[in-house]
Parts: sequence; C-alpha cells; structure tokens
Amino acid sequence: MALQNDSANVPKTRVLQNDVKLEVINYDNKIVKYFSWATIFWGVIGMLVGLTVATQFFWPALNLNLPYTSFGRIRPLHTNAVIFAFVGNAIFMGVYYSLQRLCKARMFNDTLSMLNFWGWQLIIVLAAITLPLGYTTSKEYAELEWPIDILITVVWVIFGINMLGTIIKRREQHMYVAIWFYISTWVTVAVLHIVNSIEIPVTLMKSYPVYAGVQDALVQWWYGHNAVAFFLTTPYLGLMYYFLPKAANRPVYSYRLSIIHFWSLIFIYIWAGPHHLLYTSLPDWAQSLGTVFSIMLIAPSWGGMINGLLTLRGAWDKVKEDPVLKFFVVAVTAYGMATFEGPMLSLKNVNAMLHYTDWIPSHVHVGALGWNGFLTFAVLYWIIPRIFRTELYSKKLANVHFWIGTLGIVFYVLGLYWASLTQALMWKQFTPLGVLQYPNFLETVIEITPMYISRTIGGGMYFTGVLIMIYNIYKTTKQGSFLADEPAEVPAVVPSHNGEKGHRWIESRPIQFTIVATVAILIGGIIEMVPTFLIKSNIPTIASVQPYTPLELHGRDIYIREGCVGCHSQMVRPFRSETERYGEYSKAGEFVYDHPFLWGSKRTGPDLHRVGKKYSDSWHYYHMEDPTSMSPGSIMPPYPWLVNDKMDPNDVVAKISAMRSIGVPYAKDYEQQAITDFTRQADEIAKGLQQAGIAVTSDKEIIALIAYMQRLGTDIKVTNAE
Amino acid sequence: MLSKYFENFESGVMPIIVMVMFLLVFIGIVIWAVKADKKYIKKMSNMPLDSNKENKNNGNNYGD
Repeated sequence: MALQNDSANVPKTRVLQNDVKLEVINYDNKIVKYFSWATIFWGVIGMLVGLTVATQFFWPALNLNLPYTSFGRIRPLHTNAVIFAFVGNAIFMGVYYSLQRLCKARMFNDTLSMLNFWGWQLIIVLAAITLPLGYTTSKEYAELEWPIDILITVVWVIFGINMLGTIIKRREQHMYVAIWFYISTWVTVAVLHIVNSIEIPVTLMKSYPVYAGVQDALVQWWYGHNAVAFFLTTPYLGLMYYFLPKAANRPVYSYRLSIIHFWSLIFIYIWAGPHHLLYTSLPDWAQSLGTVFSIMLIAPSWGGMINGLLTLRGAWDKVKEDPVLKFFVVAVTAYGMATFEGPMLSLKNVNAMLHYTDWIPSHVHVGALGWNGFLTFAVLYWIIPRIFRTELYSKKLANVHFWIGTLGIVFYVLGLYWASLTQALMWKQFTPLGVLQYPNFLETVIEITPMYISRTIGGGMYFTGVLIMIYNIYKTTKQGSFLADEPAEVPAVVPSHNGEKGHRWIESRPIQFTIVATVAILIGGIIEMVPTFLIKSNIPTIASVQPYTPLELHGRDIYIREGCVGCHSQMVRPFRSETERYGEYSKAGEFVYDHPFLWGSKRTGPDLHRVGKKYSDSWHYYHMEDPTSMSPGSIMPPYPWLVNDKMDPNDVVAKISAMRSIGVPYAKDYEQQAITDFTRQADEIAKGLQQAGIAVTSDKEIIALIAYMQRLGTDIKVTNAE
Repeated sequence: MLSKYFENFESGVMPIIVMVMFLLVFIGIVIWAVKADKKYIKKMSNMPLDSNKENKNNGNNYGD
C-alpha cells in the first residue's frame, strides 16, 4: 500500500485478513531534526571552548586577563556544554527517533516535545551566561546555581511525562531493551539531580549545599560518577541497542545477554562513586565499597561492549564500506577501553599514583570523544539522510571525518597518558638522601608542556572532523527533502499481555518497570550515604576546627567563583610524597564547616589544603595579580580584577544566617557582629600589605581571598602549637 | 579487602543482606534469561528491524 506523505495527522485504518486492524499514524521527525541541529551547534561550541582551555595550558595569555575567559570559569563551561548540551541534545535526538518506532506510536504530546526542546536550550543558554560570570556551586557537573537547578527539574519532568506517556500508549506488546535504558536514565538522573542539588539559597544566584565536607564529597561523587553512568552511558547504550542493529541490519547479538547487562549494570553502577575519593578523608569502608563495586562493573560493561561488537558478526565486510558502522565500532571499543580503565583506576594502588594527574581528563575523553562523540556522529550520519529522504552526500568525507577523528583521539589520549605518568613519577621521586627530588611543583608542570600541546593538536583534529561532518550534513539536507511527519502502519489496538510471568511481565508494564528500576538504583546510594550521615565515628570531630570568619567565608566564595578547585585540590593524602610536599595529611574533621567541600580532582597546580601561613600576605597579593612574578614560568591565569574590584559585604549577613541554618555553629545574633568583624579583619590585612609597600585598600576582593588562603588547613596547626 | 570493609562497616548485617539480595536477583535474572522462550527472544531482538520493513514498505527509507 502506498502511503501519501501529506496524509499527516489523519489516521487511516485497514483490516487485515486475520482481523488485525491497522491504522496509519505519523512519527514526529521535526523534533528529531531540532535536537539534531542543537546537538551539532552545541557540539561546536563545547569543543571550541575545550580547545581554548586546552591551549591555556601552554599559552596562558589566552586567559586574556579577563574574568570571563579565565580557565577556572570556562572549564566548567566546556564540561557542561559537552555533557549536557552536546550529549544531552544527542540523547533527546536518539530517544525521540527510536522511541516512536519501538513503541509504534507518535510522541505522547507535541507541545511537551517542544517544551522539552526549548526548555533544554534555555538551560544551556543560562549556563553559558552564568558560568563565565562566576555563578557556580563548584560541584563538578552540577555547577549551575539553584534557579537553573529548578528549571532543569521542570524540563526533566516534562521529558519524563512525554517519554512514559509514549510508552504507555504504545502499540507494541513489550518494551525493547533500549527503552529500559531510557527509563533507568530518566529515573536515576532525576534522583541524582534532586539529592545533589539540595541547597540553601543565599541570594538569587548563590547557594550553599546542605551537606558539608566528607558528606558533601560522598554525595557529590555519588552524583558525579552516576552522571557519567546514567547520562553518558545508559542512554547511549539504549541508542547502541537500537541504532547499531539498524545500521548493521541484523538483530543484536544476544538479547538474553542484554537483559543481564541491563539489570546488573544499573544495580552495580550506583555504588561505584567513592572510587573518586580513594585515600581521602572518606571513611575506609566507603572507599573499599566503591573499589569492590568498580571492579565488579567490568563484567556488565564488557557484557554490553561484547554484545555490541558481536552484533556485527558476519557483517565486517559492511564495516569496511559503511562509515556509520565504522563510527559504531570505534565508539563501542572506546566504551570497552574506558570501562576497563575505570575499574583499574579504582584500584587503590593505581589510584594512589594516577589520581590528580592528567590520566583523569584522558580517561574522561576516551569516553567523551570515543564513546559519546563517535556514537553521536554515527547516529547523525544515520538519521539525517533518513529524515531528509536521501542518501548521505559523501561517504568519502564521512570516512575522512572518521580517520581524522580517530587520530585526534589517539593524539589527545596518548599525550595525556604520557604527561600523567611523567608527572606522577616526578611527584613521588625522592633523592637517595630522602628528600623530594622535584620539590618545586612548577618543575613537574613545565616538563609536560609538550604533551599538553599534543593534546590540543588531537583536539584540533577531532574538531576539524566535526567541521567536515557539518559540511557533509549540510549538503545532504540540500539534496534531500525533509519529511516532518513520517507515516507508518501500526496495529490499531495494543495486543493483550495478560497471563505473562517473570521478566516478560515487567517488560510489558512501564510503570512497574520504572518502580523496580528505581529500587535497584536507590539501594546502593542509601547503603553508602546513610551510615556516613548518621554514624558519628565516621567523621571524628576536631575541637580546634572553627567556622570561617565572615571575611574568610567571603574569600572562600571568591575562590569558588573563580573556579580555583578546577586546578587545585585541598586534600593531602596520607603518603610520604604528599606530606613532605604539602604538610600534615587531611583529616575528615577539618572539613565539617565546608559547604561545599573543595577537595578537587585534578592538580594542575599544587594542593592548597596546607597553604595557610606558608607564604606572606604580600606574596599572595603579587601572585594573584600576576603569578609569574612569584613563580616564573607559572601557567596560572592572572587575576588582576581581584586587586581592583571592591567587595560587597552586604551579603555577609545572609551568608551567616544561611550557614547557621545548615548547622554551622555561629553564635545567635552573630549577624550583627559579622560586618564589624569583616571590616576589622580586612583592615588588619590591608594594613599589613601597606606596610609591605603595597598600595591597597581594605575593600578589595583580594583581601578576602588572602584571608581565606591564610586560614586554609591551619586549624590543626594551632593544636600542634599548643 | 572485603573482610576489612565488613569489619569496619558499622551496621555489619546490612551489606551482607544487600550482597545476598543482589546475588539472588542476579541469579534469578540469569536463570530467566537462559530459560526464556526462544521465539519470544527472537521476536524481541528483531524489534528495531521490524520498523525497517515498514519503512521500506512505505518507500520512505533511502540509503540502506
């Protein structure tokens, strides 16, 4: 039966001989096209910002001496743009395309689809504006401030209603495995986002998380790790299970394996977060739990990878011909590599060496460039010709994209692996006399500059590939004609599924499925978090640790605003190489007033937990104004605006009240005293600087930052002195 | 490593219960997956490809 394209929105019906009534519906391709364009657009932006931050590592002048373009502020812009804008839109693109076809139903509601699209773009635009302005919570991949957090929740709920609504009205008896991954993605991201975003607003664009120190770290990395798991992995596995069989034109290798893959993956993944905090002040039992589950994670991850690759059994001749399959093969292989590397990095002995080094961004980029990037390109190359009813403009250009992108990944990853090993060995090297061979941290940074250049060249190649793809897709759309409403013949009535048992029962019931998946992902989080929150002995208190003074608190917020945590950890691990370099190792009890925690994940610069009183106030002043004046060759951006910009002490009262409401023991009515204390401490620091010959007034931001830096890690030094 | 975590974990019975629970569910799923009806598995794994056929019937699928 030939169907007319202009039959859009008018269901037709016919009855087959065996009384199965069929009707014609239309799949919504317009929303798929929108998300495709958004994926490409934000991909370009995210990668361009990535190239900029990568270049800043060896050419710090690219910080432009401006707050809005300094590394600390635009690094989170890069990560957010790539994760939530590029990958986020690609998820929606793939889900909106595949879900309709797997459910044999148009999306539940076109208005919700559009709200999902425009709401998500609004969130991204707000992120692109607020992050360079310095509005950040500093919590990795959750940097956006509370009003945007609320907006994310609303849009995510809209997506959920639209998705579940479509699944409920489907004309297919069972839900294909891809849909399970979509459902678990939606549920888990909702839970993660809400729990990690519980914060007390101070002003319109400033908040403090209710958790502090060790607890904040545990919640954040439960979130952070599972953002990788349930935003970058599970939805993409869903896409793999749909688009790879489509592109190869053969069913998935083993559907049985996919069932085991799904349940064990979502159950195990949620436990692995503490592997981001090995050898930190997190209680040992939680660290071990994270390690054990991370190792277990190899099994389901590789189960999925093998299932993907073996789908191509007997079709490898096609891989040679078809660029879409080539992208799939590298994507799935990169998934396998990243999910092997992750558990290995979770071994405490490996982690002791490689954590805080460039292995971490390298590992992340195997996933981001290989798995997410290449799978996105495969899906784009597959979808665009279909919704534009034509063939891909040039297979040759797609092949060029494939090779230049693959080589780009190699340059990127190998460069940073090398950098990481070099630096890790230098950090830990002692002379025969037992002192650090490279006591000057900067020496270990300058040594790896060539590898930073290699990384940027790799990124540049990858980006060039994307530009080639854009041209190819543009030409494809020009030679085709877009089909907004794609007609399809589907059963008029959902077949009955009564009398089914076991897994088959749940596979035909989306609501019950969602509930079971929620229970599976909640168990790990609850077991890890509840004891850390309830059992006092997990975080031994230290009597000399006191809340920050109002000026220090203000300085800490400047530290957060400038994104210092992106390059400096505040966590001295209990290794001789670290205690020799930085001082006494960090204790859980030292962070009880840290809302948020600022332990960091990467040391582009040295750890700062024991920096308090290590240098003079004037050293800090000159160093912040121009780091190379105190450390020649430093790649740290200069912060001249801190020297010129005035502080606004008006928020101090609100900050003290907010902190008290989340358990920081400021005395009752301390607010009235706070501004006086703020001014007094600022005057003292300014006076000291003036005596050192620096013309500065006590109302400048640098004063608060110095107050905070000089306080860092000194509370237990007081005890030692006494 | 495991024994250390069990010793130090304050509420000792809970992780054991969870482990056992996980193992039981896992074994249950494996048994179900292995025993699942062949026809059903075939039908499910062909689901993404079914829509291929429809599209081809509709004459809207180019470039395969």
